[in-house]
Amino acid sequence: MYRLKVTNRDNITKTRSFMTNVFSLGAGLVAIGILFAINKVNPFFAISEIFANSFGTMYGIKETITKAIPLILIGTGLTFAFRAKFWNIGAEGQMLMGAIFGSWTALTFGEFLPGFIIIPMMFIAGFIGGGIWGIIPAILKIKYSINEVISTLMLNYICAEFITMLIVGPWKGAERFGFPGTNDLPGSAVLNVIPGSRIHYVTLIITILFASILCVVVYKTKFGYEVRVVGENPDAGKYAGINFFRTTLMVMVISGGAAGLAGVGEIAGIHHYLGHPASISSGYGFTAIIVAWLAKLNPLYTIISGLFFAGILVGGDAIQISLGLPAATVQIVNGMLLVFLIMGDFFLKNRIRIQ
Amino acid sequence: MRKIKNLEMKNISKSFQGIFANKNLNLSIKSGEILGLLGENGAGKTTLMNILYGLYQPDSGEIRINDKKIKINSPLASIEHGIGMVHQHFMLIQNHSVIENIALGYKDTPFFFPKIKIKEKVLDFSEKFNFPVNLSKKVWQLSAGEQQRIEIIKALLNGADLLILDEPTSVLTSQEAKELFSILNDMKKQGHMIIFISHKLDEIMDICDRVMVLRKGEIIGSAETDKTDKKSLARMMIGKEVIFNIKKEKIPKGEKVLNVDNINAFDDKGLPALKNISFSIHENEIFGIAGVAGNGQKELAEAITGIRRISSGKVTIKGKDITNISPRKIFDKGVSHVPEERIKFGIAPGLFLYDNAILKQHHLDKYSKKSFLQYDKIKAHTKALIDKFNVSAPSINTEIRNLSGGNIQKLILGREISEEPSLLVASHPTYGLDVGATQYLREQLLERRKLGGAILLFSEDLDEIFELCDKIAIIFEGKFTGIMDADDKRLSDIGLMMAGSLEYV
Repeated sequence: MYRLKVTNRDNITKTRSFMTNVFSLGAGLVAIGILFAINKVNPFFAISEIFANSFGTMYGIKETITKAIPLILIGTGLTFAFRAKFWNIGAEGQMLMGAIFGSWTALTFGEFLPGFIIIPMMFIAGFIGGGIWGIIPAILKIKYSINEVISTLMLNYICAEFITMLIVGPWKGAERFGFPGTNDLPGSAVLNVIPGSRIHYVTLIITILFASILCVVVYKTKFGYEVRVVGENPDAGKYAGINFFRTTLMVMVISGGAAGLAGVGEIAGIHHYLGHPASISSGYGFTAIIVAWLAKLNPLYTIISGLFFAGILVGGDAIQISLGLPAATVQIVNGMLLVFLIMGDFFLKNRIRIQ
Repeated sequence: MRKIKNLEMKNISKSFQGIFANKNLNLSIKSGEILGLLGENGAGKTTLMNILYGLYQPDSGEIRINDKKIKINSPLASIEHGIGMVHQHFMLIQNHSVIENIALGYKDTPFFFPKIKIKEKVLDFSEKFNFPVNLSKKVWQLSAGEQQRIEIIKALLNGADLLILDEPTSVLTSQEAKELFSILNDMKKQGHMIIFISHKLDEIMDICDRVMVLRKGEIIGSAETDKTDKKSLARMMIGKEVIFNIKKEKIPKGEKVLNVDNINAFDDKGLPALKNISFSIHENEIFGIAGVAGNGQKELAEAITGIRRISSGKVTIKGKDITNISPRKIFDKGVSHVPEERIKFGIAPGLFLYDNAILKQHHLDKYSKKSFLQYDKIKAHTKALIDKFNVSAPSINTEIRNLSGGNIQKLILGREISEEPSLLVASHPTYGLDVGATQYLREQLLERRKLGGAILLFSEDLDEIFELCDKIAIIFEGKFTGIMDADDKRLSDIGLMMAGSLEYV
């Protein structure tokens, strides 16, 4: 009988870590290819089409960047939560809450204020909204030991239903002629885009700034140090006199707040009104989990991994139509890649030998 | 019908990574006998019993039941042979009811309707041995004593003639312990044999017919309890006459640093762990706490360093009250701490060596400016620390999990000493280290004492206590059974004090 022996790998080099990611993605693509083949689609053609449609044309690149904005912004915040071992699965809800707060600010004050005042106000409101939605599970976890995976996940649905209630009820706009949704945001509250695209560059700049600042915070500041210690070993954090409660709250304010900013960006940059939750976000909060993971929890790397997954979203949508694949194609591709990345992590951390 | 009339273990040896846990041990027990196994932690008692219960295989030696050689490959085989074991930590499922737990461990439990079938059997048993159990209660609702009874029933139902009890009274109140003893005596009358592991002398003398003393994996002596006395057993357990020639240099003690006044605290289960502890430590003084592990040492260290809440009493450092203030504030008042479980508390394993070199100190001005950490200074400090304390590491840019236990411990000790604390709380600083590292760490502690530090040293190693300490307190069940200077002649009875049989207060 053969037996598998699993031992911890002692020294993990950067090269090995990078190569493991590359191989995991490669293996994931092979598995996805098999699924394509089962659906009678030439896998090489389908996969190359995904990337041709997202990175191969000018239109594709513009769309990819547009979709990368929320993915990177949310993913950056998630790296922070995951580093503190707080499994925030609720970025989707935090993003929607940001959208609610941002829309309310725009609809209430936008008429009277110029863009350079109302737009910062909306982003601040969105950050607060997302932050509040992020703090709730943190408090539940610390005070009542409620598992954050469950609570963050459930809060997503609560927030989505809350939006639905708003847009068919009190916030229902006269301009929508009976369809659910608020009125359009006033002109001053709408973000400019790069001409000929949908890239709302204000959010793009915020995104890159946010990722860079967070990178400095994690690796260079006392607070980042405390987050890393608490995430690595909460007992050592307690021993070192780190305030666990405050650290976790701050982490979730930042993580939820980042998602809230993304929500404002989507509303003010793309949709221009608060509509049905499924149209505001096509699962960005969930895809961003994979973005954060692929970035090895480094906030700056989320820029690369965010673009990669935005490309899959754009290209996946395209082949769905051109090759007649089911609507779940993109989710399947994303899910498969996450599974393979996590498996890769196991092989990175452990050495497996056959005896 | 008893399956076992007598049982013998012959020349049993077992080593872990080259260190003997058991060395040529012989043991015999016959029907209707209670045998005590006495020894300090790490003496090899539990290893020996795990071999008998089939959890470990011995490297050499044999087990004979009724003069027939047998092989015990697994706990299941052990149960088949009529051996049952009640572990120190109960193996019960907290959310299940008593009857469900019993059904789970019972070999003849039917697949369908298990509870109904065995209920009668269980009630028979509890009547026979005269201990009432409530079968429908959930395990988490039961006291420790009741849970232990469930474990005993489980063993007896499976036909155990030989029952091994590992430190059975450590979780019991004194009333519960009395009840347990009466159950054990009933069992003895009915021909069961019992192996009773303990480090408490009084209990051993109370309940056992015969006692064997183990130390460092070997049998030091064995005696019938009515033909020996506690004093000689204590000597055997400690292993030598206490030696008073202390080589370290005499230094007059300085001002008072730590004062602990009548403190009480609870353990993680909410039971009293510290009972009215009072003492003080001065500059240039090493204050040792001797005792068998689990008698409140961990809680005392945590209470002083701010990790555990003190329920009443007062702790001061140089006259300033530090009772129940945060660990960081206590650190800022000059208290460093080498924790007992160094991997669990002392380091963040996945962070780099230099990150770990400032754990607890990262907020100090010398390592940070405003909110930012000064990594150039931190790295320079880490390099100096590694050189000074002989930490062998490939580089300061490795994750600390790649270092050996000894090197991690040197780094932690170095980190804590380098702050020149007024008080250093060191819990088992040399536990598990090789001779060289041990000697080195002890020298560092003496050096700190010479430089005016006050040190609170917890150790299970009496050699270490006698080699280093100026004053020694003996702790037993959360109380001091004695505080005396290291050259006090009464310390020849330290074994009795550690076992709770003697108090000098």
